Amino acid sequence: MARPTDEQRREMLVDMVTARVQSQRTWNLQRQGQVGTMAPIEGHEATVVGAVHALDPGHDWVLPQYREPIALRRYGPEILEHVMLYNIGHPAGGHIPAPIRVLPYQISLATQIPHAVGLAWGLTLQDDPGVVLVFFGDGSSSEGDFYEAGNLAGVLGAPVIFLCVNNQWAISTPVHRQTAAESFAAKAAAFGFPGVQVDGNDVDAVYDAVQTARERALAGQGPTLIEAVVYRLGPHTTADDPTRYVPAEEIEAAQGRDPVLRLCAELEEAGLWDDAVQAEVEAAALTALDAAFEAAKSTPLATDAMLDHCYTEDTQRLARQRAGLLAGAGHSGVGPDGVVGSHA
Amino acid sequence: MTELNMLEAINESLHAEMERDDRVVVLGEDVARTGGVFRATEGLFEKFGERRVVDTPLSEGAIVGASVGLAVAGLVPVAELQFLGFAYQAMHQIAGQVARLRYRTQSRFESAITIRAPFGGGVRTPELHSDSLEGQLANVPGLKIVVPATAADAKGLLASSIRDPDPVMFLEPLRGYRGIRGDVPDGEHLVPLGSARTARPGDDVVVIAWSHQVELACRASDHLAEEGLAVRVLDLRSLVPLDLTAIAEAVDSCGRVVVAEESPQTGGFGGEVVATVVEESFWSLEAPVVRVSGFDVPYPVGMVEDRYIPDEDRIAAAVRRVLDVA
Repeated sequence: MARPTDEQRREMLVDMVTARVQSQRTWNLQRQGQVGTMAPIEGHEATVVGAVHALDPGHDWVLPQYREPIALRRYGPEILEHVMLYNIGHPAGGHIPAPIRVLPYQISLATQIPHAVGLAWGLTLQDDPGVVLVFFGDGSSSEGDFYEAGNLAGVLGAPVIFLCVNNQWAISTPVHRQTAAESFAAKAAAFGFPGVQVDGNDVDAVYDAVQTARERALAGQGPTLIEAVVYRLGPHTTADDPTRYVPAEEIEAAQGRDPVLRLCAELEEAGLWDDAVQAEVEAAALTALDAAFEAAKSTPLATDAMLDHCYTEDTQRLARQRAGLLAGAGHSGVGPDGVVGSHA
Repeated sequence: MTELNMLEAINESLHAEMERDDRVVVLGEDVARTGGVFRATEGLFEKFGERRVVDTPLSEGAIVGASVGLAVAGLVPVAELQFLGFAYQAMHQIAGQVARLRYRTQSRFESAITIRAPFGGGVRTPELHSDSLEGQLANVPGLKIVVPATAADAKGLLASSIRDPDPVMFLEPLRGYRGIRGDVPDGEHLVPLGSARTARPGDDVVVIAWSHQVELACRASDHLAEEGLAVRVLDLRSLVPLDLTAIAEAVDSCGRVVVAEESPQTGGFGGEVVATVVEESFWSLEAPVVRVSGFDVPYPVGMVEDRYIPDEDRIAAAVRRVLDVA
């Protein structure tokens, strides 16, 4: 078993605590109307952080869905800047700068899985020694893209790790209404590569599973499907009310398996963590988040920014629409003076 | 110049682009060992090998979805969909992902993907093998829609599409694969996207068309020439980008306009062309614009498809209609 060192475990807990408090503050900002809909991280920290700590950010790619980005601190402080730009609805939120090997939020469920397979395939074609890890949820496993991408990955033997974060709920749909299979990991049998189930609240187990999958991929042995079993401790998003469907006793039991509290307790026991460290990490996390939020708000936004980056160069038609927008007319009609958007 | 049919021209262009740029990879169903069900990719596997010419599992969603990942990796995927009607099974990736990769990453990544697919009817295919979806695709910002009508353009537009950093739906007329032949320039031949072509000169009426309808419009124009009518045919060559200048110029010269397309009428790209004519050239019009199109039903089965597809007689009748207005 590939066990993280004490220093790695401490670093992982820093990232987990950081993600949790930053997610909580972002929730509050949403409630104040300062950011858009967001999906809180609570309950997923050990899985996301444990997985990315088993990767090499210099070579390995991460394709998130939409809940994970806040916990990808290991890939650089630019991730948080991107998260806050995204949350306030700034177009630049989608631009994670090169060479960071992370793709932006993916809202359309499971569509990033075939992207991961194509990217992993592309790495091998370019003799680039990296692997691709793609996050998706139990609900996404019902999409065609999961099966189509899993099948292709198996045939190609692509260096890709499918990480299914089974948090028991797809908004209000429980796992037994999502699949009749005995597990999500079992679905790998149809793809011809290994599927393993791990306790997603156990950061060491996640780290080990991803490390093993990564070594397999790098050795040319192909993909692995990992199902990390967790419990979604918060609502699906800021737009959800889980009290309508999550049984109270179930969430209480899950709170007893809280991944952050669990690693805290373990590291305290080992003398690697204490209340003072916890307070320091939380304060630093909030300072960083506030700074990213302020920076996001002061990021310039041109009137016609929404028209940028659609095509490499504006088509003739888009150029006229841009001219109309900039003329303040909001239409592309040409006035008698020959000017687009003119009322002259 | 060498006389080729469209399929040969496409094949030649694929060979040349793979030769020119080793980032180009070809993927799809049956594209490697058998050279494509129409033989468009013939010889590529033998020449460029199994790393660059890849038979995939039967999954349009995975072919297109994986192309996004290949593009992120810095490759230039040229994906083949066996028939455009099968694009429905990849539409979430085409419209939702391929078209948006540059936009949603604010140009961190280019979506330098070309998706080739044959479309259009007239060859007695089973269901969903003949559908014209270009109007649906043109409503997806980010995509370029390229619709060649001649062998020379098939070669030159395909080369430009593969080199274009934006995603291109390269739609090949099924009936033209072997039915359309013509002189094709040897060696490198590039036709820019967004530049319409005058397929027949004339100042009495302009028929605006694309893909196989251009061939039919030219035949109609040739017949009407015997009656002393000068019917211009404007071949759009690409729907996105659309050559607004060429449309305005043709309408200003002719004053009477027919738009011919094979897709259903409602929501078809022909409506966009008519709207463009009205917006840009209203004061040049001497008669109401007439559309010739398929009908607002699913593409029909073999025994009736010849009635569905506009032919040269229907186009000629539309030309007479716009001339009827004094």
